Amino acid sequence: MSKLTLKTEGNTHVVVTRRFAAPPAAVYRAHTDPKLIQKWLLGPEGWTMPVCINDARSGRKIRYEWTNGKGRGFHLTGEYLELEPYSRIVHVERMHLPDPTPENQVETRFDTDGTGTLMTMRMTLPDAQTRAAMLATGMERGMEASYVRLEGMI
Amino acid sequence: MSGTLNLDTAFSALADPTRRAILTRLAKGEATVMELAKPFEMTQPAISQHLKVLEDAGLVARRVDGTKRPRRLAKAGIAAMDQWLAMLRKALEKNYDRLDEVLAGMEQPKIKRGEKR
Repeated sequence: MSKLTLKTEGNTHVVVTRRFAAPPAAVYRAHTDPKLIQKWLLGPEGWTMPVCINDARSGRKIRYEWTNGKGRGFHLTGEYLELEPYSRIVHVERMHLPDPTPENQVETRFDTDGTGTLMTMRMTLPDAQTRAAMLATGMERGMEASYVRLEGMI
Repeated sequence: MSGTLNLDTAFSALADPTRRAILTRLAKGEATVMELAKPFEMTQPAISQHLKVLEDAGLVARRVDGTKRPRRLAKAGIAAMDQWLAMLRKALEKNYDRLDEVLAGMEQPKIKRGEKR
């Protein structure tokens, strides 16, 4: 059984869903508490996040810095737009590689699913080209990885 | 380069709904430009332009059959892209597997009515 789904929607969206055994309040907290974020939002094996700034209030900043410990690293900056504890977060983010990528607006919902949580993360990119570039380089960035179901094509 | 998968161009190629529809049609079997143009109500030059993008991306191949140039899916390109996407998915799943562990280790603020530890 796979708990994760990733698919494209329209020309500019990428939608990720994932179920968790924990209730929405806990999953929400794990997305907004820097000490918790540093434990899981790491991408490929071997990478760490030495800097994690996450001021979970509307209009406040996000800054994540990753390193592989061998001289390679990159960072992400963003701002919170809306927070509704413990059900919904809207923020914008951009990767710095080192040039900033176009803004990705992300709406993350945490819905009660039995005793657990259904998380739905909906990313909105400025245009189809930006989404294509994000998908093509997702592995390197480790985070914004996505999956397109080539339904009926194979 | 035809026949070689270029991820950037492949994902760009897939960003267009007409090109996705062409791939879906070709998944059912090869087709000529004329056959492809018909259901899409597009001119043959317009379809040819879309096919060129798909060929450059390594997702579509052509063969020579007399005066015809039927197009088909480039299986290797599609498979390579699928493999790539599976890797991306795995990398993302790794984050969430770690999150499962973090959540399991978190103290629950309070036990709700009817819940068992």
